[in-house]
Amino acid sequence: MKVFIKFDFNTVCKKILEEKLDACQIKYKILGFGEVQFLEKVTPEKLNLFSKSLGSYGIEIVENQKTILIQKIKDTLVDMIFNENVNVKSSVYLSEKLGYSYGHLSNLFSEVTYTSIENFIILQKIEYAKQLIINNELSLTEIAFRLNYSSMAHLSSQFKNTTGITPSAFQRIIKKRREISSKNIK
Amino acid sequence: MQHDSLLITLADDDEDDRLFFTDAFEELKINTIVNTVNNGKELLNFLNHPETILPNIIFLDLNMPILNGIDCLKEIKSNDKFKDIAIAIYSTSSSDQDVEETFVLGANIYIKKPSNFNDLKKTLSDVVIINWQYHTNGLNKDNFLLRL
Repeated sequence: MKVFIKFDFNTVCKKILEEKLDACQIKYKILGFGEVQFLEKVTPEKLNLFSKSLGSYGIEIVENQKTILIQKIKDTLVDMIFNENVNVKSSVYLSEKLGYSYGHLSNLFSEVTYTSIENFIILQKIEYAKQLIINNELSLTEIAFRLNYSSMAHLSSQFKNTTGITPSAFQRIIKKRREISSKNIK
Repeated sequence: MQHDSLLITLADDDEDDRLFFTDAFEELKINTIVNTVNNGKELLNFLNHPETILPNIIFLDLNMPILNGIDCLKEIKSNDKFKDIAIAIYSTSSSDQDVEETFVLGANIYIKKPSNFNDLKKTLSDVVIINWQYHTNGLNKDNFLLRL
């Protein structure tokens, strides 16, 4: 027997942070967007212990200012994409949230990530579309609507441009993969 | 985990193709470390060697003597140690059937070998940049399919 599992990454990460911070006896406040505020002075030993305990989860403490800002841009964008109520342009939303001009953010982003903010948004939207396609609860038209595409055709063509395959081929391939892996488990 | 350079391994029995491939990476802006092997058997020996640091992406030619690309792909995907490595099929064929078969078997990327050096550079650069996004943004690699 097997089941499919949906994750809420924010909750998962927050839970891990809480557990590990408690285990290291650090007083803290989780500010969201990957920021944790320590409410007391933390010794380097404690910080080191905390950092090590996160390693196996693929979570790491970021130290470089540039990296921190890039991470904030990414988190803000992902939040914007997954939160369907945001209706302002991404450039406006970003500079309002982070307090820098869009030009500055956009240059920094391209320099560090090797891609543009625009491409990052497309990639994330297509990733979200993939997740929804796999969950099989919504039609492609509904997915297009939810991700703010003007039409299903627009979503399909952006999907094809980004991945090189059509949404239906993607769905077919993932389905076949699952059939194979469930055969192997039996 | 974020690393400074991307480790890449190519398995291809054609010497010219291996040479073009390594040259193309030299001009990319992402730091890459490329090593090549001559066939599937060498690839598996390399991966299984205890001192090997596993690559982030393996480029696999489909038509190779001794152990072909498809069999290699199956071997890699059935080994828990290797299954997180992104696999790019690198082939002269672009039949929909080959593409779909390799994707179903767990390949992430399918590249039809470009016919000139500039296209090759462009294609490899696209692959590496998209793979980098998966690598650094915690995207779900199970859903990573790319055909070029």
